[in-house]
Amino acid sequence: MKSLNFSRWFPSGRTTVIGVPFLFLFVFFLLPFLLVVGISFSQQQLGIPPYTPLTKIEDDVFTLVLNIGHYKFMLGDDLYFATYISSVQMAFVSTVLCLLIGYPMAYYIARASESARDTLMMMVMLPFWTSYLIRVYAWIGILKNDGFLNQFLMWLGVIDTPLRLYHTNWGVYIGMVFSYLPFMIMPLYAHLVKMDLRLLEAAYDLGARPWKAFVQVTLPLSKNGIIAGSLLVFIPAVGEYVIPELLGGSDTLMIGRVMWDEFFNNMDWPMAATVTCAMVLLLLVPMAMFQHYQAKVMEEVK
Amino acid sequence: MKKKLVKKVLCSLLLLLPSAAVLADDKALNVYNWSDYIAKSTIPGFEKQTGVKVKYDVYDSDDTLQAKMLTGKAGYDIVVPTSNFMAKQIEAGIYQKLDKSKIPNLANLDKGLMAKIVDADPGNAHGVPWAYGTDGLGYNFTKVKAILGAGAPLDSWDILFDPKYVSKLKGCGVSVLDQANDVFAVALHHLGKDPNSKNPADYQAAFELLKKIRPYITQFNSSGYINDLANGDICLALGWSGDVNIAKHRAAEAKRTYQLGYVIPKSGAPIWFDVMVIPKDAPHTEAALKWINYIESPEVNAAITDEVFYPTVNAAARKFVKPEIANDPSIYPPESVMKTLFLLKPLPADIMRLQNRLWTQLKTGR
Repeated sequence: MKSLNFSRWFPSGRTTVIGVPFLFLFVFFLLPFLLVVGISFSQQQLGIPPYTPLTKIEDDVFTLVLNIGHYKFMLGDDLYFATYISSVQMAFVSTVLCLLIGYPMAYYIARASESARDTLMMMVMLPFWTSYLIRVYAWIGILKNDGFLNQFLMWLGVIDTPLRLYHTNWGVYIGMVFSYLPFMIMPLYAHLVKMDLRLLEAAYDLGARPWKAFVQVTLPLSKNGIIAGSLLVFIPAVGEYVIPELLGGSDTLMIGRVMWDEFFNNMDWPMAATVTCAMVLLLLVPMAMFQHYQAKVMEEVK
Repeated sequence: MKKKLVKKVLCSLLLLLPSAAVLADDKALNVYNWSDYIAKSTIPGFEKQTGVKVKYDVYDSDDTLQAKMLTGKAGYDIVVPTSNFMAKQIEAGIYQKLDKSKIPNLANLDKGLMAKIVDADPGNAHGVPWAYGTDGLGYNFTKVKAILGAGAPLDSWDILFDPKYVSKLKGCGVSVLDQANDVFAVALHHLGKDPNSKNPADYQAAFELLKKIRPYITQFNSSGYINDLANGDICLALGWSGDVNIAKHRAAEAKRTYQLGYVIPKSGAPIWFDVMVIPKDAPHTEAALKWINYIESPEVNAAITDEVFYPTVNAAARKFVKPEIANDPSIYPPESVMKTLFLLKPLPADIMRLQNRLWTQLKTGR
């Protein structure tokens, strides 16, 4: 009897297993995020740290001061709205390009012979062995006016004046598609390789042309791969800082850069925190969509 | 017996602790300085002379340094902010006052130049300048003269601010520092207003001036323009004195056929000082003081100027500087030019925000 009571104080194995990731997320995601939310309601000051505390206790009176000025400022200045629109647009175009390039690649890999598959997937992942920053820097050498790409095209005689790619939005798109393509290919491949090929045979037997069979059978079956891949590309692309900073022009407007300006140039940590909170809110929408679809899939499986 | 041993070990460890700290104070130094700003011989010389091991990190903007310093506990013993940033940081109370009795080489410094920074550092109590420089125009003389003709006023800010001139230079490339602070100060000065103005209307006026020339600016850049100028990718740059001279040097080394050069417009230009200071939480204050004293020894100081083309306030060092550098008026401004230079001062937070907002608007067109 007694030992049974005692064991109630210990979490069961199941709770522990679930608890560890929750604890991890709590300590390394939620807690820091709450700190950021806190800073977004504070006031800029000169000193260490460069923002005022939210609470103080004076003469036994506890006061909590929430400054909503930064949120008001953000809504009042159209720069921030324009930046969000432009970030979402850049991320969207990159996602579509990734999908258009990634889908045929994933399809080909999934239909290749089993031994070739591993080699091909290996080649998709290979760039990850080099640091992300170095890879983006390498693109500067390729895209510059006198870079490899322009020299090659001019040698071929395709163009006679160099293409302006470096320091333009095109450079950013190229960098983003290159960096995020593996994130699109992997979930697509996982879905396509699992597909039951007999379904396609059935479609052919029923007289469907290859294109029709693809549109009516393969595409719907890989829908979840498309959604997962698109979100994996879209979400980090919205907040991307390194690629627009290194490859983009001075008129490339993205949230990451605005956040940097607030933090470093204006030394305004509260404003930077406000922009961050708004970005997280913005990213929660596609995340929620992802969750929604996942839940639906689970339901279908049941 | 075993317990005793443990106790013994613990005691000796405790005894070691303070001495380890002293050792660390003597034997290590963490320096955080601007990139491309030091001679190859500087650090080995210091290590040889003092036995202190130097860890040398670099940054490329005052904003980066400031963010690190304001977060606290950065672990650096020497940092080198620019005068206007330093003034704010001193106000925030993050730097310690120097124990000047430990820096005898302060006697080598030019008193007239030191007096220029008392606005930023009252009584020169916190900092010793590493180097100073000016903002001005970097030219590819060969190309610009070919385009604008011989009569163009190359010693005037008009070349940059008058669309009549700058529009013709767009084709060969125009670069402007990506520093709101510097560019607005120059624009305000060109309009005849106080370059350190605290009046928002003045900044709007400066913005209007900059907007007119915006279509002709091909890049905003604070470091890459050195190479672009050296390689002939741009022909006009609003840049920093030493950087343009580095470009000139590189172009000469590569045996380019064109002539590069730096001009301080005759109506005046910003002057700035990068100043060595010791953070309050520096772990090795003693070593930091030794470092400052070492840097201010004339030969060491001259070697830095020889390599980076920035003059220093060390008067005793000048006779050790290579004559072609020491006598170059674009590097060491003569007294007549010195009178026209103005120091950038710290701005209140709301003016800084306005300035940076207008800067974004200028660059992105929003």
